[in-house]
Amino acid sequence: MQELLLIAVGAAFVNNVVLSQFLGICPFLGVSKNVKTAAGMGGAVVFVITIASFVTGLIYKFILGNPKILGGELQYLNTIVFILVIAALVQFVEMFLKKVMPPLYNALGVYLPLITTNCAVLGVALTNVQNGYYEKGVGIGLLTGVVNGFATAAGFFVAIVLMAGIREKIEHNNVPEAFKGTPIVLVTAGLMAIAFCGFSGLI
Amino acid sequence: MNKCAERLYNGLVKENPTFVLMLGMCPTLAVTTSAINGIGMGLSTTAVLVMSNMLISMLRKVIPASVRMPAFIVVVASFVTIVDFLMAGFVPGLYKSLGLYIPLIVVNCIILGRAESYASKNPVLPSIFDGIGMGLGFTVGLTAIGIVRELLGAGEVFGIRVMPQSYEPLTIFVLAPGAFFVLACLVALQNKVKANLEKKGKKVPVSSGCGEGCSACASKGICGGHLAENEPHHEETNVKEEEEA
Repeated sequence: MQELLLIAVGAAFVNNVVLSQFLGICPFLGVSKNVKTAAGMGGAVVFVITIASFVTGLIYKFILGNPKILGGELQYLNTIVFILVIAALVQFVEMFLKKVMPPLYNALGVYLPLITTNCAVLGVALTNVQNGYYEKGVGIGLLTGVVNGFATAAGFFVAIVLMAGIREKIEHNNVPEAFKGTPIVLVTAGLMAIAFCGFSGLI
Repeated sequence: MNKCAERLYNGLVKENPTFVLMLGMCPTLAVTTSAINGIGMGLSTTAVLVMSNMLISMLRKVIPASVRMPAFIVVVASFVTIVDFLMAGFVPGLYKSLGLYIPLIVVNCIILGRAESYASKNPVLPSIFDGIGMGLGFTVGLTAIGIVRELLGAGEVFGIRVMPQSYEPLTIFVLAPGAFFVLACLVALQNKVKANLEKKGKKVPVSSGCGEGCSACASKGICGGHLAENEPHHEETNVKEEEEA
């Protein structure tokens, strides 16, 4: 339990996916113009990453990394299988939500397809394998993977919503001509990264 | 101008993926802590880009349009896996410092972007040169950023001390925040140059990456470009510029 908590805090704050790992920079810069859309994007990322880390975990545990199938040699297919599974999964999630939960679909719908090539999703799936979370038993291994995925995505949510809040304020500021647009956002992100460095003493 | 040479020039200068198009920002920020990492990442991306451009161009009449994205992804992912294993075997040190970002070449905008906008519509040889040009352009960009960060953050270039002993390294430049600051200055410089060019009445290539809309983004085919309102098509703008020149 304590270990799970440490993994969660580590993934969400200490090694924040955007501000210290640089994954998912594109949506972080592109969809952070106002808090509402940023929260929508963040919510969709939390949703997709959590499901994707569970599904890729299952696939890794029972097929790719299964010692009974070719002695676990199939691991070299990790990248190929994971990216395809994630791409397909996003499509399925979209269809499923449209049919079953229209309110949620209306809130997240536009953002879902954008997530396929968000490198954070593939990044989490691969980190889960590299960190050896699945070496443990089936149940605890999958749970650790999902917790790590959820926490990473929560870190993304926090970062993008904070960024959107700050950007709304920046709109009213007097920014030098050359720094308008992306540059001032990057400077803001740098300052946020410094702030997040403060979490590094937590673990 | 010779088609192949024109492709090289296009990738290195006119549509440089780092300085002009602002594509592939994740590796640009993440691995440029030193010049050597920048070169390593750039060259491995180049290798993947050249191979995938070649194969996709060969298969361009075989792949049906409706499933082209998954097909491209499989092609790219296969080459990334090959590069991943080659690097793990032959340059373990570099492989270790680039870590997760090698398999993540799969989702690099540049690669799927070139497949979608160039290799799937053009013959094999120009596609190969397009890959070489774009890849080297990316390598130059990453190396330049790496040199700046290493110089300020450690006082070294390629691991050789160049700053005087009295120079106190600004460690922050090799840490995460430094990446954002260096890139911010770079984009600001780019804005300045663009503004000057526009003042002189010259045509400026469209900057892309998700920050600027979906025009050249790789995921456009998958996501349908929901964020894009009006997207200028890349090859078309190219042609126009060439005619004017």
